[in-house]
Amino acid sequence: MAAQSSTDLLERTKSAQGGAVAARRPASVGASVARFVQGMWRPFAVLVAIFVAWWAVTAANLIEPYLVPSPSRTLDVILSQSGYFAHNTWITAYETILGFAIAIVVGVVSAVVMVYSPTVEKSLYPLLLFAQVIPKIAIAPLFVVWLGFGLTPKIVVAVLMAFFPIVISTVTGLKSIDPEMLQLSATMGAGPGQTFWKIRFPASLPHLFAGLKVAATMAVTGAVVGEFVGANEGLGYVILQANGNLDTPMLFAGLLIMSLLGVVLFVLVELIEYFVLPWHASRRTDAATTSL
Amino acid sequence: MTSMMAGNTTTQRPADATTTGAAVEIDDVAVRFRTKKKDVTALTDVSLRIEPGEFVSIVGASGCGKSTLLKLVSGLLRPSSGQVRLHGEDVRGPRRDIGYVFQRAALLDWRTARRNILLQAEIRRIPKAQARERADELIAMTGLTGFEDAYPNELSGGMQQRVALCRALLHRPPVLLMDEPFGALDALTREQMNIELRRIWRETGTTVLLVTHSIAEAVYLANRVVVMTPRPGTVAELIDVDLPAERDYGQTMSEPAFARATGRIRDLLGATTTAE
Ligand SMILES: Nc1ncnc2c1ncn2[C@@H]1O[C@H](COP(=O)(O)OP(=O)(O)OP(=O)(O)O)[C@@H](O)[C@H]1O
Ligand SMILES: [Mg+2]
Repeated sequence: MAAQSSTDLLERTKSAQGGAVAARRPASVGASVARFVQGMWRPFAVLVAIFVAWWAVTAANLIEPYLVPSPSRTLDVILSQSGYFAHNTWITAYETILGFAIAIVVGVVSAVVMVYSPTVEKSLYPLLLFAQVIPKIAIAPLFVVWLGFGLTPKIVVAVLMAFFPIVISTVTGLKSIDPEMLQLSATMGAGPGQTFWKIRFPASLPHLFAGLKVAATMAVTGAVVGEFVGANEGLGYVILQANGNLDTPMLFAGLLIMSLLGVVLFVLVELIEYFVLPWHASRRTDAATTSL
Repeated sequence: MTSMMAGNTTTQRPADATTTGAAVEIDDVAVRFRTKKKDVTALTDVSLRIEPGEFVSIVGASGCGKSTLLKLVSGLLRPSSGQVRLHGEDVRGPRRDIGYVFQRAALLDWRTARRNILLQAEIRRIPKAQARERADELIAMTGLTGFEDAYPNELSGGMQQRVALCRALLHRPPVLLMDEPFGALDALTREQMNIELRRIWRETGTTVLLVTHSIAEAVYLANRVVVMTPRPGTVAELIDVDLPAERDYGQTMSEPAFARATGRIRDLLGATTTAE
């Protein structure tokens, strides 16, 4: 409080701020992952709560076991037929990830072309919308007719489902750039390539990732829809079979693994976002202050 | 038009005085914006000639076309009529032989302060080591030391603006265009930045066009002050600042010439704003 300490305080505040800034940069990957995982405990707790509720309901015999099997029954099924589930999960995961990857490439490229060419945008947008509003379940049989019984039609449906949110979000992202940023790059003599890679594309990433997160879950749905229409493997097939046999434990096991697959993919995208966009607003909580 | 108020004011110089060697020449320029609802005439009858190494401040009411004027000089905007020349060359497209500080800092969120400054070097392909050295020099000069690795959202508005200033100075441009660069700064930092800018200008001999809302800042920094009328903007008067090249901040404020110039500008701006 004494007058002499006021400059002291200023110095300390300065160095503390400087220190905070300096210390945050070299934060190790391990620490970042730890921080990410820390942020996940709440949803995880909710998940556990749901499981407990499920268990309680079945344990108290509130519902007939043939309608809703207990969690332990469901887990039993998964464990006793782990090879079967592993194989079918792998098939669906493969279709999903391949479909998702193709959707990213095709989606981002078409978005870039559309943003740079209004003519292409005007002619392509209605087509995109058309492709989006057609129920995928309705055209999936057509793909089976065209592409056969293999994995290809499932991948195509996954691509179709995931493509739209990616295009829309990337177009929005690329257009959201502050015009003054583009003027700035013009005064620096930047070519179109430099402007795109150094300014426009990075600026679009927050939007792109928002689209990717939606698309990731859509891709899973797409793959399963494809399997429903005609398949002899994959989680969609497992569920369809179980349904036919009124085998609810098997049905629940399939559903459980399928939702887990969607969640894992979603979290993966979020994790990548976390590392690619450390600067983004969605990552910012209220600035953390530290005591001196 | 009245130059009787003070001896240090002149009326607009005749446009036909275009001998070669001017840094910036603006010849009878008009700018009209066409928007969906209506056409806006931002500038009319603007002629201005700025010699190399001059420091010219531009003041005027909000919306009178000051930013538009800077965008014309940089080639970011084409005039509806008239001509703009930079170093004797017709300005046809964006010019890269300038440094531009925009009204908003226009920083890239994903780059740290230093990397925002170095964007200029990356795009111009200035050798890395040289650019880094220059960036460090500018960071130290503008008092950003300790915040080189902070992201824009971790910087105060004034610091962001200083980063933008460093970025504009990195390549030592012969012409520096500044659009209210210190608007977001507190009074004290602003004063320091004014002193710094004055020093930088004296050392480098850069031609500077500075848009500002502060009359004191305009006069302290400049050789000449362009006073503009409200929309449609045109040059109301050019005011020569009769102050010595060596300007101590506090002392300058109490000079009679300073009071004369600021008084005249205040009169002009007051008169023009009440006239609307
Ligand atoms: N891109 C544009 N499209 C349409 N009108 C514009 C555009 N840019 C500027 N104007 C108009 O031109 C006029 C001058 O704008 P300008 O930005 O040059 O003003 P200014 O003097 O810089 O104002 P301020 O001091 O508030 O920054 C304003 O009336 C504005 O509405
Ligand atoms: Mg402006």
